[in-house]
Amino acid sequence: MLEKALKGSKTYWIWLLALAVVIAIGFLFYLRQLDFGLGITGMSRDVSWGFYIAQFTFLVGVAASAVMLVLPYYLHDYKTFGKITVIGEFLAVSSVLMCMLFIIVDLGQPMRLLNVIFYPTPNSMLFWDMIVLNGYLFLNIVIGWNVLDAERNGTAPEKWIKPLIYLSIPWAVSIHTVTAFLYCGLPGRGFWLTAVLAPRFLASAFAAGPAFLILLTFIIRKFTKFDAGKQAVQTLAKIVCYAVIANLFFFLCEVFVAIYSQIPEHMAHLQYLFFGMHGHDALVPWMWSSMALMVVAVILLIIPSARRNETTLIFACIFVFIGTWIDKGLGMISGGFVPNPLHEVNEYIPSIQEIIITLGVYATGLLVLTILYKVVTGIKEELAG
Amino acid sequence: MNDKNKIIAGLVIFFLVLLFPFWFNLIFGAADASTAPEPKLTDKAKEAETCVAETDHMRTEHMQILDQWRDIVVRDGKRVYVAENGKEYEASLSNTCMDCHSNKEEFCDSCHNYTSVDPYCWDCHTYPEETK
Amino acid sequence: MENSRRRFLKTAGVSILGVGAGSMLIGLAPGSTKAAGPGTKAGPSYTHGPEAMKGGRWGMVIDTRKLKDSTCRKMEKACHSIHNVPDHIGKFDKKNHEIKWIWATEFKHAFPGQEVEFLSEKLEHAPVPVLCNHCDNPPCVRACPTKATFKRESDGIVLMDFHRCIGCRFCMAACPYGARSFNFRDPRPAIENENPDFPTRMKGVVEKCNFCAERLAVGKMPACVEVSGGALIFGDLNDPESDVRKLLADEYAIRRKPNLGTFPSVFYIV
Repeated sequence: MLEKALKGSKTYWIWLLALAVVIAIGFLFYLRQLDFGLGITGMSRDVSWGFYIAQFTFLVGVAASAVMLVLPYYLHDYKTFGKITVIGEFLAVSSVLMCMLFIIVDLGQPMRLLNVIFYPTPNSMLFWDMIVLNGYLFLNIVIGWNVLDAERNGTAPEKWIKPLIYLSIPWAVSIHTVTAFLYCGLPGRGFWLTAVLAPRFLASAFAAGPAFLILLTFIIRKFTKFDAGKQAVQTLAKIVCYAVIANLFFFLCEVFVAIYSQIPEHMAHLQYLFFGMHGHDALVPWMWSSMALMVVAVILLIIPSARRNETTLIFACIFVFIGTWIDKGLGMISGGFVPNPLHEVNEYIPSIQEIIITLGVYATGLLVLTILYKVVTGIKEELAG
Repeated sequence: MNDKNKIIAGLVIFFLVLLFPFWFNLIFGAADASTAPEPKLTDKAKEAETCVAETDHMRTEHMQILDQWRDIVVRDGKRVYVAENGKEYEASLSNTCMDCHSNKEEFCDSCHNYTSVDPYCWDCHTYPEETK
Repeated sequence: MENSRRRFLKTAGVSILGVGAGSMLIGLAPGSTKAAGPGTKAGPSYTHGPEAMKGGRWGMVIDTRKLKDSTCRKMEKACHSIHNVPDHIGKFDKKNHEIKWIWATEFKHAFPGQEVEFLSEKLEHAPVPVLCNHCDNPPCVRACPTKATFKRESDGIVLMDFHRCIGCRFCMAACPYGARSFNFRDPRPAIENENPDFPTRMKGVVEKCNFCAERLAVGKMPACVEVSGGALIFGDLNDPESDVRKLLADEYAIRRKPNLGTFPSVFYIV
């Protein structure tokens, strides 16, 4: 199967090369970070998690969203998704891989990573996160690969794969729930201390992931002969639409509780994110853009004619992806740390080096994704031809 | 088979990489492996005659002892080590080990370099010359 | 062909699992040294030093009425120089890399949500020292994925095992008091006069106040208490006859964020 990835057009190889260059540059800066320490980032004792952990949080969502293809197909026999479940599973593989890389680049002592296994600590949510992420990676590689192999051979997938598929459905929910539990179980952080955090994470995940999938199917269609089909894309678009609405709804619940109760600990973070505090307002334009993008996307997706029009659909998906990325990849983590537990405002702005390392990790994920998708489309083309 | 050349080239590269330590040492000269360095003792260490355990044991197990010391001192707060012969020592690298073996270069480093291990003890703990 | 490949994969898979499990057992072994160490025939053992102070739950009462700015400075200096706390601000002007174990702030920062209106200017800006609260129910310990930060069962001090910390900073997010700092870089260049009796840290680990565990072990009071001129009182909260308990019996004392259920061991008389 993997041999499919070895034959490709010039564009394919240039793309891989470009990614490799970005990875190399990112890696060089990572070596610099290893040598100097995390001081090359914009983090501080007040905002002790930054860009890396935020990307991790966002990508866990993208990974979990594969379940939006798997569930309708395997539980409701929604055949339209049959062709593309593997697309979702491989997106999950590359996303989880990026999640793990982001955790590793965020560690102060990455050489001691295995201490998490040598001294297992079930009361730490990070311990469980390690388990669910590794498990999810394993499940998706095994399932995706086997189903694709069976499809290629024109046989039914192995029997033992079925239970794994069913297991992967709650497992997808678990990875994002546990990731939310990292934050929402911390007593002193009013912004995260809310039971709606895990549901909200899932909602934004089921918006961002499928939106990205739609964009990916369009890209795949442009470069290969594989077409996911109009109906599959339209169903995904509806999923995105309701997930964004749910995300906005949960957010508004959040806002209501904080603002109506007038409890400063809960209100302060929203105030900082959307209006700035003591003259610190780096995130204000971002947060408002995020909200605007999501609202516009909802309008575009809910009107049938706009949703069916490919151009507007593409825009809507891009809006959703960027909107949820700002929400989770920028605001969610900083917002929880500012103001700090002593109610002082120390803002966080990622450093250039931090952003380059982040891009390196993203490039690694895209490289893996490209190769996996090359295999998938190669086989699909082979079957069609 | 028109891939013959490719296969042979691949095999050559593979074996070159595989045998790297051998040809590298042949060409660039191996480190002198014949004479293992003998750790030098300071006068104070000679006078004491025995360390916290027997010399042979210390030679092979000092890292395990240190590992145990750090765990028990840091986590249980028990800072006194009672040796097998009943003698008591403060379980401290800087204050006990380095008190006698104050010649870090000749005592610690010579062997560590020879076996190319790089313990990170000194990232945090001090040794005598350093604080002079 | 197909069959042999399958057989190979199976064997390979099983052996990988075996190697994995084996190395895990080896990895776990050092943790069990305690069982093999003391107790087994005439082997070496470990004990407390003769002067070590014993307490069931160390605690501190801070009488803010007796504190002056200068005393707070003295406390910060004593603590930070004894424990080799680097001064990244003074040395490199890097606020982001700041590390502190104990520092003076204002009441409204030490006790956010408990601000007192109509306070006189003088009292509003009066110094309130803050440090690790050595909580009886510490959220940082709950969060740590490696038990690198732990509550010592014998005396309730919340400690850091710098050898084990992987630098994930989960404890910093979990601490509701902002008591923890991270070594964003090698601390040594930012230490003015290194104290040889106490280790420094390395880059990439979290650190915080240790209630002077190393001084208690040799019968000394914590450094900040020693220079506080009687404003800081230290003792065993489990002992009804201790100075801290006597003081707490007679004065109204408050703790930081008591609503979070962390049960701090540091009390404030305001």
